[in-house]
Order: sequence, then structure tokens, then C-alpha cells
Amino acid sequence: MKKLTLFSFVLMISTAPFAQSEKFSAAMKKNLDAMEASFKSKTDIISMANNFERIANAEKNQWLPFYYAAFCQVNGAFMEQDKSKVDGIADKASVLIAKADSLSPNNSEVSCIKSMIASSHMMVDPMQRWQEYGAESSGNLEAAIAQDPTNPRPYYLKGQSLIYTPEQFGGGCKTAKIALQTSLDKFTAFKPATELNPNWGKQQVENLMKECK
Amino acid sequence: MKQLLIITLILGFLTTSGQIKISGKISDNKNKPLSGVSISLKGTYDGATSDSTGAYSFTTTEQSTQQLEISLTGYNSLFQNINIGLEPITLNISLKEQITELKAVVISAGAFEASDKNKGAVLSSLDIVTTPSANGDLTSAFKSLPGTQQVGESEGLFVRGGTATESKIYMDGNLVNNFFFTSTPGIATRGRFNPFLFKGTVFSTGGYSALYGQALSSALILESNDLPEKTEADVSVSVVGVGGGIQHLAKDKKSSWGVSYNYANLWLAFNAIKQKQDYFQIPVAHQGDANFRIKTKKGGFLKYYGYLSSNKVGFRTSDIDSINLKNAFSIDNMNTFQNLTYKDRIGGGWKINTGISFSTNKDDIKNELLNEDNQKVTNSNQPLYQFKNFSLTNLSRYAQARFVLEKRIKGISAIRFGSDYFYSNEQSTYTLFNGAKFTDKITDHLYAGFAETDIYLTNNLAAKVGARAEHSQIINKWNIAPRVSLAYKLADNSQASFAYGIFYQNPERRLLPAAAGIDYSKAAHYIFQYTRQTKDFTLRTELFYKKYDDLYKTVSGNSGNFLAHNNDGFGEAKGIELFWRDKKTIKNVDYWFSYSYLDTKRDFLNYPKSIRPSFAARHTAAFVFKRFVLPWKTGFNFSYNFATGRPYYNIAFDSTLGKFAIADQGETINYNNVSISVNFLPNLGKKDARSFAVWVLGINNVLGQSQIFTYNYSNNGNRKEAVTPPSKRFVFIGCFLSFGTDRTQDAINNNL
Repeated sequence: MKKLTLFSFVLMISTAPFAQSEKFSAAMKKNLDAMEASFKSKTDIISMANNFERIANAEKNQWLPFYYAAFCQVNGAFMEQDKSKVDGIADKASVLIAKADSLSPNNSEVSCIKSMIASSHMMVDPMQRWQEYGAESSGNLEAAIAQDPTNPRPYYLKGQSLIYTPEQFGGGCKTAKIALQTSLDKFTAFKPATELNPNWGKQQVENLMKECK
Repeated sequence: MKQLLIITLILGFLTTSGQIKISGKISDNKNKPLSGVSISLKGTYDGATSDSTGAYSFTTTEQSTQQLEISLTGYNSLFQNINIGLEPITLNISLKEQITELKAVVISAGAFEASDKNKGAVLSSLDIVTTPSANGDLTSAFKSLPGTQQVGESEGLFVRGGTATESKIYMDGNLVNNFFFTSTPGIATRGRFNPFLFKGTVFSTGGYSALYGQALSSALILESNDLPEKTEADVSVSVVGVGGGIQHLAKDKKSSWGVSYNYANLWLAFNAIKQKQDYFQIPVAHQGDANFRIKTKKGGFLKYYGYLSSNKVGFRTSDIDSINLKNAFSIDNMNTFQNLTYKDRIGGGWKINTGISFSTNKDDIKNELLNEDNQKVTNSNQPLYQFKNFSLTNLSRYAQARFVLEKRIKGISAIRFGSDYFYSNEQSTYTLFNGAKFTDKITDHLYAGFAETDIYLTNNLAAKVGARAEHSQIINKWNIAPRVSLAYKLADNSQASFAYGIFYQNPERRLLPAAAGIDYSKAAHYIFQYTRQTKDFTLRTELFYKKYDDLYKTVSGNSGNFLAHNNDGFGEAKGIELFWRDKKTIKNVDYWFSYSYLDTKRDFLNYPKSIRPSFAARHTAAFVFKRFVLPWKTGFNFSYNFATGRPYYNIAFDSTLGKFAIADQGETINYNNVSISVNFLPNLGKKDARSFAVWVLGINNVLGQSQIFTYNYSNNGNRKEAVTPPSKRFVFIGCFLSFGTDRTQDAINNNL
């Protein structure tokens, strides 16, 4: 009996750090599994963002929960119908992604989110904000491609913005499809570093390809 | 041993099934449920998000004292310590909305803002140059807004029954003394500055802040650009001249410099379009400017802008007092303006905004009486004709120093105070036909101190309360001017505002030297405003009452001029104004409509009694319509300006009465002006194009409707002559090229 308790005590101590990261992975995995479904409603997506933010604030040194919290927030900004609220949500996403950025500098995935945040600001008033936020958005995509040429997501975001750009400004389906195809090709080769790393977007590219027929 | 086992068991039990439920409701301070609120137990993964009824619930295995963080974008976060025992916890919380610039009511009574960023702006920076009736002139665009008059015979903004000299223009806080080119008789001159120099403009038609003074009617506050987006060069060629410039942005994007030069020559335009005046010196202007801008570590700016110009114009017009004589009028002008400003955070929540400016202006004005063969008439012995041969040299020097300190107090409420010092030295020499010279020199030192506070009680109620004190050496007295504005948000998109203020002004230069004991002229403004504004729609109405006191009455000086004699003048103005802008109802079309009703009377200068001044039309309206057709890469702009007739008077000295009297009077015909402009952007969207081109065609008064601004009378009053525009129509054609960056947004320039 004594041996058993000692053993379990030793076990407890030795597994503590392991249990900690196990707890992190489990919580992340649980939320990642539920993330796609949360994209159906604005309230669910903000709730999901809050889940990631709690993990991020508790862990402090992991860039991924900050990244996903920002990702959910910016998608919430895109879904917000009340234009007067968009900037506030996007600003919240900016605070979160800045933390991810400081934990993992020059990260292509982080640059993608920065681009999305700029786009969400632009969507509030495209005519007036095009010059400032349009440049910020495309600048971050260029950075994302330079930081990791194998990342398919910057090409997806580029293709998406091209679809909604008038042909006269060099947009439209024709040019968008080139970017989307590049993205698809890169998705085939893409392997996320861990199962927690970003691996979203392939489905969206395929949907856009269909839309552009 | 057994005990240990039990303890482990209990511990095990606690860790696995000892979850404590924490739940409750979140509401705002009006008890409305808030959804999307994040509730989290600090340092743990545990927490929840409130649902649409404000309810939240989660379980935790944490124990003892923990901190709960409750946060929602737009609300002040709350931290609450809780003690987790064995019982479930119910915690209802109310959050307080943050007072932010984004949500707070805008103190807007009397002001129109043109900006791309600020909430409450009614125009964008681009609107200033795409309003066809403005011809690319900065101040003219504001004539399509309510409150201003369609005065075409002289420059400046005539606001709510005030003269153009009652409107002052500021660049980054510093006064611009010679904003317009020197006046020529019967022709409105343009502003000197390129509209693209400024990122934001506030046009106040009354009730403006205590930070500004010496303007009875209106303040136009211009804010210069920060750093350019990219290094670029541009070139322009048009029917009125050529120009070019460079803006260079440092690699670290922390500083920039720029130079530009513009040469205007109206030879081509005046040959193509017949002018009423007979030019012996076609208008020619050389204008150069230079700037640098340095961004500081704390996000502040050090900015310099320097401007130098030299221009000439000379024309003959028929002399109103004779059958076949002519007047030859000419101006040779040199102007410089230097503005250095610095704004930054200086720690402890304080901000400083300071600047100095220097400017000089020199005019050589000459008038000669000519015969039919354009020879100078010197042999006349009638004083009426003799006095038409004269020359006038004005040399003015101005300097200003200014500082404003600002501190945020609680949320976005703030206090600010500061001081202004203005120095002016204006020297003029008037030379008569016989060589007799009259020289006078006016110098003034004007000191001002001001303090102001912005108080945001809630997001829905704000007040700006301030006062300004001034001491001018010319008057040698202090004045104190209180200013108050209130704004109250009625619903999400609508608000009501009120403004009150007292404004003082010195006599303008041409009325100096003044008689001893002269005082400031004075105006009191009362403004009530209602605004409803969404992103695509603006409706605003303003009701105002303005009372003038101590206006200057004049007496004749020794060179045919009028000098301020006493402060017995007075006046009032009241009216209602409407502005409507809609970018939504018709797809791809943006239009606005403005209407002003003005009822004003005043007795000032040499007026024999209180009358409606010659610059005041009762009804003024403007309609502006813009459409950009993407597939054609072309923008079409249309504007229609209308005003009912203005009164005109022949105020002449009646020798039998021994005073000035109205010898004749009437009202001009209604004013109509339809203008169009077309902008073609051939390289639009070609991302790899090395240059960006904008072609502009603008036609002012397309329909050639006759416009009469006022009438001039002959000396004996027997003859009157309509003052009309120099030409029926004006056509502008130009091409603007820029290299280095896509200037889609700001390229639709008209005239530089």
C-alpha cells in the first residue's frame, strides 16, 4: 500500500508538466473540433473566440490560442451586420493577433489574420477606406507569402478579395481563379506542423471555385 | 494509512466531481441584457460567454479566492473576486458602456467637416475637388454647403450675413493671412493652396471653439497631410499652366520631404475664351512650395510647409465715368508663407500642440486712365479723372506663435488651454497722380489666451465650454469671449446640438488707421442644430440667430479711402438651413442638396441706415450630383447653384443733407449656375502601370446663363453697370500624371 501511494505520488509529480500540455492540447482540440460549426452564427463565433482567449491568457506563452481567438473575432467582424460595431470587434482581433505576433514573429499565418483584420476595417466603408486598409491588407498577404511560400491561405485570401474587386480594378473571377488554383495546389502539399496548427481554408477555396464558374 | 487513503479519496472526489457551477446574468446599466460578454476565471481555461438573454454558466474545479474577468468590446471590463466554496455561485453583473469617440455624440453645431476618417464628416477630402462649381478651389467647394453666399465678384466666404473678412482661415492652427490671391476689381481670385495638401477641413459657420478668434462669422480650419503613402512624382499639364512635384518618403517611413513648382499662364485659355476684360498682362503666376514632415517616437509630428509665389496681372476696362476712356489696372504680387508646427505627447497624459508662422505679402498696384488708343491721360484737370491715376504699394509682414496644452481627464473628456501671439506690420504707400505720397504703417501685437474643456457625461450627452481673452495694441483693451456648445444624442443616428458664443474682431486693414478710442466689433451666435446621419445618408438642419454690435462706421480719409471712425454700427442675421446628402437611394449615385434662408440687416461702413447688405441673398440653394461609371473609368459630376437676387445700392454723399444717402437701389436678377466636370482615369486598376493619369474636363456655367453679381455706379450716379463674370463660360482641360503610386482615390484633381 505504501509503495502504491509513493508510486502514485511520484507518478503525479512526474506527469504534472505532461498533464499540463495534455490539458492544453485537449482543450485546443475540443475547441478546434467545434470551431467550424460555430461559424454559422455570430454569437457562437464570439463565444468560440472567448474560449480561445481564455486558454491563451492562461497559457501566456502559446501563440496558437491567440491566433485562433483573433481568427474567430475577425470572422465575427465579417459577420457583423451593424457596421458601427465592426471596427470595435476588428480592434479586439488586432490586440489578440499582436500577442500571437510577439510570441511567434514573422509567422505567415499571423500575417494572414492581419490581412483579414485590415479587410474587415475596409468593408465598413470601402470607398473611403480603400486606400488605407486595402494597402494594409494586400501588404500583409505579400508578407505572408514571403514568410512561408508553401502556405496556401494567403493565396486563398488573395483570390477571395479579387472576386469582390471590380474587373476595372484588376479583379474579377478570371484573375481570382489563378490565385485560387495556386492555393488549391499548395493545399495538396500542405501539412500542418502539428494537429493544432492552422489547417483551414481548403473547403472555402473549393466553394469559391464553384462560385466562379 | 487508512486515513491517508481516505484523504486521497476525498481529494480525488473533489478533483473529479467537485465542480462548482458559476452562473448569472450580465446586463448594461439600463438593465438590458448583454450578449457576447466574456466571463473568465483568470489564469484558467474556465469561463463562458453570455447568451442573448445575458445568461452565462460554467463549472470550475478551482477553489478558494479567484478573480473573475467580465469583458465586452465597447464596455469597461470588470474584475470581481469570488470565493469558491462548495456551493454554486450566482453572480449578476452590470457593465458600464465605455465613452468612446466612436460612440459618443459629436459636438457639431455650426460646423461642417470634410474628412475621410472622422465621424460626423459631411464631405470627404475628395468631394472638395470633384464639386464642379468649385473648379478645384478649396473654399469654393464650401459654397455648395448651406450658410454661404454665391458671391462671384470677390473672393472669400460670406457666411450667414457676414462679410468675407469675417471669415478666417487656419492651417494646422496658425492663421493664414493672404489665403487668396490679391483682389482684383470685379473678379474673384482663387485660393493659393492646393486642396490635396490637406487631409481634413472643418468649416464652421458659427459658434466655433475658443481656440480661434478674430472672426465674427466663420472659421475654416485646415489640417495638413501626414506622411505620404509612397514616394511619388507628379506632373500636370492644363489649359492654365504646367506643374510638377516630388514627395519623398524615407525608407523607415518615419519622415518625408517634398517640393513642387507650378507655373500658371492664362494666355491659351484667354485666347480660346473671350474675356470681358482686355488684358495687357495675361495672368501669370510662379508658385513653389516645400515641406517636410517628421513622425516622432510617440506618434506626434513635426511639420514644415513653406510657400513662395510671384504673380502678375493687368487689364483694361472701360471707365464708368466717361464715354471712351479706360482704366488700366495692374497688380504685381509677391507672397511667402512659412508654417512650422509640432504636436506630440509629453507624458503624464499631456499633449502639446505648438507652432510658429511667418508670412509676407507685397502688392504693387497701379491704375492708369487711358484714352481710346490706350495712351495714358495725364492732361485732365478734373479731379474725378486725375485721381484715377494712382499707385499703391502694400508691404505686409506677419508672425504668429501659438501653443495649446491638452490633457485627457477621465475617458475622452479633456481640458485644453493655450496662448496665441500675432504680430502684424502693414505698410502702404499711396501715390497720387501728382506724385504726392501718403504713407501709413500699422503695427499690431495681439495676445490671446484661451481655455476650453470637453465634458462627456455619457455617450449621449457632451458639452464644450470655453473662453478666449484677447488684447490688441490697436484697441488697447482686453475682451473676453465665452463659448458654449452642447450635444445630445436622441437616438442611434440622430442628435440635437446647441451652440452659443461671443466673437470679437479688429477693424480690417483697409479701415485703418482708426479713430482714437475704437473698440472691437462684436457678434453673438445662437445656433440650434438637428442631425440625422448614417453612413450613406445625412440630414441636418440649423436654425441660427446672430447679433452684431459695435460694427465699424467709417469716414472718408485723405486718399479717397474710408477709415473706421466709431463703433456705432450694428446688425442681425437669422435664418434656417438644410443639408441633405444621400449615397444610397440611387445606385452608384451620390448627391446632396443644400438650402439656406437668410434674413439679415446691418448698418456699418458708410451705410445711411440699417439695410440688407449687398452680399446677402434671401434664398440660396445648391444641388450636387456625382456618379462614377466603372466600366468607362469615368466620373461625371454635376452641380447647380441658385440664389435669389441680391440688393445693390448707390450710397453717395448727399451734399444737401451733409451725409451719405442711398441715391439709387435695386435687386439683381436671380443667380443660376450649372457646371459639369468629367474625370477620365485610363490607367485605373492597371496595377503594373508605371504612371497614373487623370484627364479632366470642366465647364462652368454650361448653359451660359447670365449672371449679375451687383452694379457699379458712376460718380454722378447717372450710369450703372452690371458686374458680371469675366466670361460666360469657362472650360478647363487638363491632364495630371503621377508616377510611383496608384492615386485612384485622389487623382480626380481639377485645377492646381
